[in-house]
Amino acid sequence: MAVESTVLVLLTIIGAATPLLFAALGELVVEKSGVLNLGVEGMMLAGAVAAFAVAVTTGSGTLGVLAGTAAGLATAFVFGVLTLTLAANQVATGLALTIFGIGLSALAGAGFVGVPVTPLPKLDIPGLSVVPIVGPLLFGHDAVVYLSIVATVAVAWFLKKTRGGMILRAVGESDISAHSIGYDVIGVRYRAVLFGGAMSGLGGAFLSLSYTPMWVEEMTAGRGWIALALVVFASWRPWRVLAGAYLFGGVTILQLYAQGAGVGIPAQVMSMLPYLATILVLTIIAAGPWKGRLDAPACLGRPFRPST
Amino acid sequence: MTARVTRRDFVLGTAATAGALTVAGPRAFAAEATKVGFVYVGPVGDFGWTHGHDLGREAVEHHFGDKVKTTFVENVAEGPDAERVIRQLAAGGHELIFTTSFGFMNPTLRVAKQFPKVKFEHATGYRTAPNVSVYNARFHEGRSVCGTIAGHVTKSGIVGYIASFPIPEVVMGINAFTLAAQKIRPDIKVKVVWVNSWYDPGKEGDGAKALIDQGADIICQHTDSPAPLQTAEARGVHGFGQASDMKAYAPKAQLTAILDDWSDYYVKRTQDVIDGAWTSQSIWWGLKEGMVKMAAYGDAVPDNVRQAADATRDGIVAGTLHPFTGPIKNQAGEVKVAEGATMSDEDLLKMDWYVAGVEA
Repeated sequence: MAVESTVLVLLTIIGAATPLLFAALGELVVEKSGVLNLGVEGMMLAGAVAAFAVAVTTGSGTLGVLAGTAAGLATAFVFGVLTLTLAANQVATGLALTIFGIGLSALAGAGFVGVPVTPLPKLDIPGLSVVPIVGPLLFGHDAVVYLSIVATVAVAWFLKKTRGGMILRAVGESDISAHSIGYDVIGVRYRAVLFGGAMSGLGGAFLSLSYTPMWVEEMTAGRGWIALALVVFASWRPWRVLAGAYLFGGVTILQLYAQGAGVGIPAQVMSMLPYLATILVLTIIAAGPWKGRLDAPACLGRPFRPST
Repeated sequence: MTARVTRRDFVLGTAATAGALTVAGPRAFAAEATKVGFVYVGPVGDFGWTHGHDLGREAVEHHFGDKVKTTFVENVAEGPDAERVIRQLAAGGHELIFTTSFGFMNPTLRVAKQFPKVKFEHATGYRTAPNVSVYNARFHEGRSVCGTIAGHVTKSGIVGYIASFPIPEVVMGINAFTLAAQKIRPDIKVKVVWVNSWYDPGKEGDGAKALIDQGADIICQHTDSPAPLQTAEARGVHGFGQASDMKAYAPKAQLTAILDDWSDYYVKRTQDVIDGAWTSQSIWWGLKEGMVKMAAYGDAVPDNVRQAADATRDGIVAGTLHPFTGPIKNQAGEVKVAEGATMSDEDLLKMDWYVAGVEA
C-alpha cells in the first residue's frame, strides 16, 4: 500500500513539474543568449489555448501539441522583432507580452470554455506499463512527458558540447566580442528566443491537453513566473532546471498530500514550503563553496545594437 | 454595451485616463444611461464564481437595454489594486458598483466614503455603510443538499474537499456539508485540502488527485475552476460542480452542482438606483429566493437519493429544516449547538470552528 501510494504521489508530481520544466528550459536557452524574456506566462497561455482549440477542432492531440508549440513560437517572434530588431527594452516588452498573451488567449479561447477535450493518450507499452511500480512510473505517461526529459538532455548537450551552443553562450557572455569575431549576434538571439517560445508553448499545450485537459482563462495561474524563477534557481544549468522543476512540483504536491493525511501543520505554512525550499536552495548555492558561480550570462537583458 | 477591461489595462491606462475622468465628473455620462460597474476577482471565463456574476451582469444588460450601460473589470487582485479599480469606476460616472469578492470589502468601504453619491454593493462581506449594501447567497444550503447526496453515494465514507481560504463562508460550507452527510452516514470523514487560491486549475486538480489517492470517492470544492471535478471524472469517482453547471467537464462524475443566480438581485438593485429607491441593506438569500439553485441530478444519483436530496432542499425552502440544527459538536467533541437549537445568521457569519468529522 505504501509503495502504491508513493507511486501515485510521484505520478502527480511528474504532472505538476512537466509544464514548469518545458517553460524553464526554453527560458534558460533564451537567457543564455543574453536575452531576458519575461513573457513566459503569456507564451504559455498562447500555447495552451492554441493547442486546445486545434485538438478540439481536429480531434488530434498531436496536431494540438504542434499548434501550441507554433503559437508559443509566434508570440516569441513578436518579442524578437521588438527587442532584437527594434532594440526595445526587454523587461518592458516581456511584461507586455505576458499581458498580451493573457488577453489574446482569453479572446481566442472564449468559445472553448466548457468544451470537453480528449486528453493526450498515455503511451501504453504492452507488457511494460503493467509491471508494478516501475510500469506506471516509467511507461504510463503521454509522449509529451518523455519529450520534456529528452529536451533536457538535448539542451544540456547542445549548450555544452556543440559549436552552436558555444556560440550561443559566447553571444550571451559578450555580445560585442562575439560580433567582432564575426558571429551573427541578432540571428543567434532570434533562434534562441524562438526556441524559448516554442518550449513555453509546449508547456502550455501540456497544461491544456494533459495536466488539466480543459481551457479556462489564465489557467497557467503564474506558472510562467515560477519557470522564470527556476532558471535563476538552477543557475542557468539544464540539469538543475530539471531538479528545480521536480523539487518545486514535488514540494507543492507533497504538501497537498500531507494536508489530506491530516498532518497538523497549518495549511498556510504548507503553501509556503515550495517557495521556502526554493529560496533555501538558492541561498545555499550562493553561499556555499560554489560561491560566485551563479553564472548569470554577462549580457543578460542588454540590448545589442551592431555598431556597423 | 459592455466595456471589457482587464486589471492590467487599468494599471497601464490609469496615468493616461485619470485626469480626463476626474474632469468629466460623475454625472457627465449618466444623462443617457445609468452606468453600472462590476469588479471581478477572476476572469469571466473561469466557468465558476466570476462567470456566475457575469451572467448576472448580462441579465441587467438584457433587462434594461439602452437604459443601462455596464462595465466590468476582471482579474482584480484583492487588496490595494482593488481600491484603485473601484475608485476609477466611481470616478468614471458609475452610479452603482458591484464588488464581487470578500477581499474587496475594505477597499469598497474606503472608496464609498469618498463617493457618497455612488451606491456600492459588496458580495459576501459583512460591513455596510449608508451607500454600501452587502449581499450574499446561502451557498451552505446548497451544500446541505450535496451532503445528503454524498452520504448516500459514498462507499469509502471519505469525502475530499478542495478549499480556498479558511474564511467563515468556506468553513460554513464544509460544516453544512458534513452535517448533512452525517445524517445519512454518521461515520463519514471530510478531508480538507487548502490550495490557498480561489483559482489555480492545476493545483485544484492536484489537490483532488491527492485526496482521491487517500481514499476519497466524493470530491467537493470551494474553489472556482472545474479542475477538481474533472479529476474526479478521470479517476472514476464523483463530485459536485461549483457555481456553474460543470456537467460538460464531468458527465459521469457530477452528482449535482450548486448554482449561483445573481440575475434577479442585480436587476432589482439597478432598478432601485434608476428609481432613486436604493437604500443600504444587508441581504442573505438562499434556495428559497432562488439565489442558490441546484443543477439537474447526474445519472449516478439513484431515485431514492434524489428524493432524499429533494426533501433536504424543500425543507430548507419551507423553513422546516435548518442546516445547522443541534446537537452539533466541534472537532474536540464539545457541544457547540444544543439539541434542537439552531445557529443564528450572526454566528454562522463568523464561524471559525469545524464540526466533528471534518479533518482540516
